[in-house]
Amino acid sequence: MENHALIEVQGLVKRFGPKVVLRGLNFSVQPGEFVALLGPNGAGKTTFLRILASLSSPSMGMVLVAGYALPREAAAVRQRLGVVSHLPLLYGDLTAEENLRFFGKMYGVNPLESRIREVLRQVGLEKRARDLVRTFSRGMQQRLAIGRAILHDPDVLLLDEPHTGLDQDACEMLDEILKEEARRGRTIVMTSHDLARVEDLSSRFDVLSRGVICASVPKESIPKDGLLTFYRNALGHHEGKGVE
Amino acid sequence: MKTQPRLLTFLDTLALIAMIVATGMVFLYAPVERVMGEVQKVFYFHVATGWVGMLGFLVAVVAGVAYLVTRKTRWDLVGVGAIEIGLTFMLINIITGSIWARPIWNTWWTWDPRLTTATIMELVYAAYLLLRQGIDDPEKRARFGAVYAIVGFISVPLTFFSIRIYRTIHPVVIGGADPTVTGSFAMTPPMAQTFAVSLVAFSILFISLLWHRIRLGELAQRVEQLRLKWMR
Amino acid sequence: MKGFLRAMLAVLWKDLAAEVRSRELLSAMLVFALLVIFIFNFALDLEPNTRASITSGVLWVTFIFAGTLGLNRSLAIEKDRGCLDGLLLAPVDRAAIYFGKTAANLIFMLVVAAIVLPVYSVFYNINLFARPGLLLVIFLGAEGYTAIGTLLATMAVQTRTRDMLLPILLFPVVIPVLVAAVKASAGFLQTLPFEEIQPWLNLLITYDIVFTAIAFMVFDSIVEE
Repeated sequence: MENHALIEVQGLVKRFGPKVVLRGLNFSVQPGEFVALLGPNGAGKTTFLRILASLSSPSMGMVLVAGYALPREAAAVRQRLGVVSHLPLLYGDLTAEENLRFFGKMYGVNPLESRIREVLRQVGLEKRARDLVRTFSRGMQQRLAIGRAILHDPDVLLLDEPHTGLDQDACEMLDEILKEEARRGRTIVMTSHDLARVEDLSSRFDVLSRGVICASVPKESIPKDGLLTFYRNALGHHEGKGVE
Repeated sequence: MKTQPRLLTFLDTLALIAMIVATGMVFLYAPVERVMGEVQKVFYFHVATGWVGMLGFLVAVVAGVAYLVTRKTRWDLVGVGAIEIGLTFMLINIITGSIWARPIWNTWWTWDPRLTTATIMELVYAAYLLLRQGIDDPEKRARFGAVYAIVGFISVPLTFFSIRIYRTIHPVVIGGADPTVTGSFAMTPPMAQTFAVSLVAFSILFISLLWHRIRLGELAQRVEQLRLKWMR
Repeated sequence: MKGFLRAMLAVLWKDLAAEVRSRELLSAMLVFALLVIFIFNFALDLEPNTRASITSGVLWVTFIFAGTLGLNRSLAIEKDRGCLDGLLLAPVDRAAIYFGKTAANLIFMLVVAAIVLPVYSVFYNINLFARPGLLLVIFLGAEGYTAIGTLLATMAVQTRTRDMLLPILLFPVVIPVLVAAVKASAGFLQTLPFEEIQPWLNLLITYDIVFTAIAFMVFDSIVEE
């Protein structure tokens, strides 16, 4: 790769039968960026993230993650990706530790045990390491889900509406972990429709509407509390009317 | 809008003529079998529908593999069309067989390998349709359909052999070895000619129907596309 | 190859560990299996003299029904909390996931058999363990059943109709396993000469090989979008 983008997407199209969800989407992320992917429901955010996560194949277009093409080099991409969705992706009948141990083996993490302890400490669950995940609150499950996603030290962290169903405290704890990850230089792409939540979290805001990225702006270019105006304008320009 | 291709219209006409000729030969040309009498005449269409049924399922498995390799929607239309036609003709095959078996074997139904396998095949492909019904995403529906068509088709010979070891009383007319089985007979030339014409007639009918079904599927897709475009 | 084995064993270990914890799947399968035997007892009026020929049929119907329950549950666990996606996100061969799940399901079925057989032996005063051939048949039959069952259950949980669909998809294609396993088991129970049982064993082995290979080849296409 001559440019050093960690994620490079060009002309991405995704169809479900006759329905076109993504229509020629372009997207690029530099290492260390924390991109918030905004947009109304049904704009294609989850579909786009599932394609980046290698869970869904593009119908057309080029998708490169860490220099590897999807879906052809999916295995190499998977090794470099951590994914958190609004579902926990954890086993309720295993303890926190066992869940991490299982996924650690799947990713070939080595040395595993010390890494598990480190991750549990980072997400603040070392005291609950031996408790069944089914006994965890929603917020704790989501923190463990992040632990699962960063266990193999991925280059990119993808989060799909990670704040869904969390109370205020849980959201703040989650944000702390995300900020810490961003500080350590982890590249993050997160979808959200909660503008207030992402405003001080992300370093860049992209708006996805009708299957394309219609606006992208770095945090520095937005005046304080100006995100909502930017978002409204982006959608308004794109759709010719106000949305939401 | 695409109009019906010439070749398809020609095939339709050919199928119609061939079916009329075959029917005529069955009733007017083929001699009455000495032992079984008139009911033996069911044989011509019985075997021909069974052949079309098997052909349908064979086409479906080929289309299934082709779909999984190429991921072209057209192969899914071929697969589902072939199975719908196969199911219908296999059902006719089972019913005509039953009509024949009543006077000859003195029963509507026996647990003979061919009979049983044919019926289990109907169940496999009925399950195929139920599977498709339960999936909304057309791409996933096509993928799962293709996989199940392959699994189902491969289970058929094993099912047949598993029941075969129970011994059969079904007559094997073509290349048959055992003339003592009740209901078996030797074909005279007019019988063989009628049989051949029936096979050809049903094969043409199959191709014509499958083509229509694929066209129907493509038109339905086109309508859906236009509908989505209009809604936007 | 080493990664493949590691991933497969991780999936197997995960299923067994979760089951040892919750015992949800096995207890449901077991209670269900015993209920089926009771129902057969009254529905078929299992007299001592007719029993010998019916035993193998009753046993296999019990295994297959209980197996459906287990297969549905085993894959529903993966689907419900998004764990199937979690598995697919891992950089491992999809076939490793398939074989791990199949191995776990096979073990669950064998555990059910290991408990049903002595119970049945006590109920009907017949020692089913006296015939090692029967155990071989149970292994071969359960392997074929779980090989195709795990594949179809993975499909079924991803549909709208879910649990309802599995038996409909599964039963018509496992008839060869059922026929061969019932006949081979009956053969061993009635101590028939081995030549009479062998065709059934051959059929079972053929089925196992063919369907394990097919599932191995097509599993990718039912989990990858």
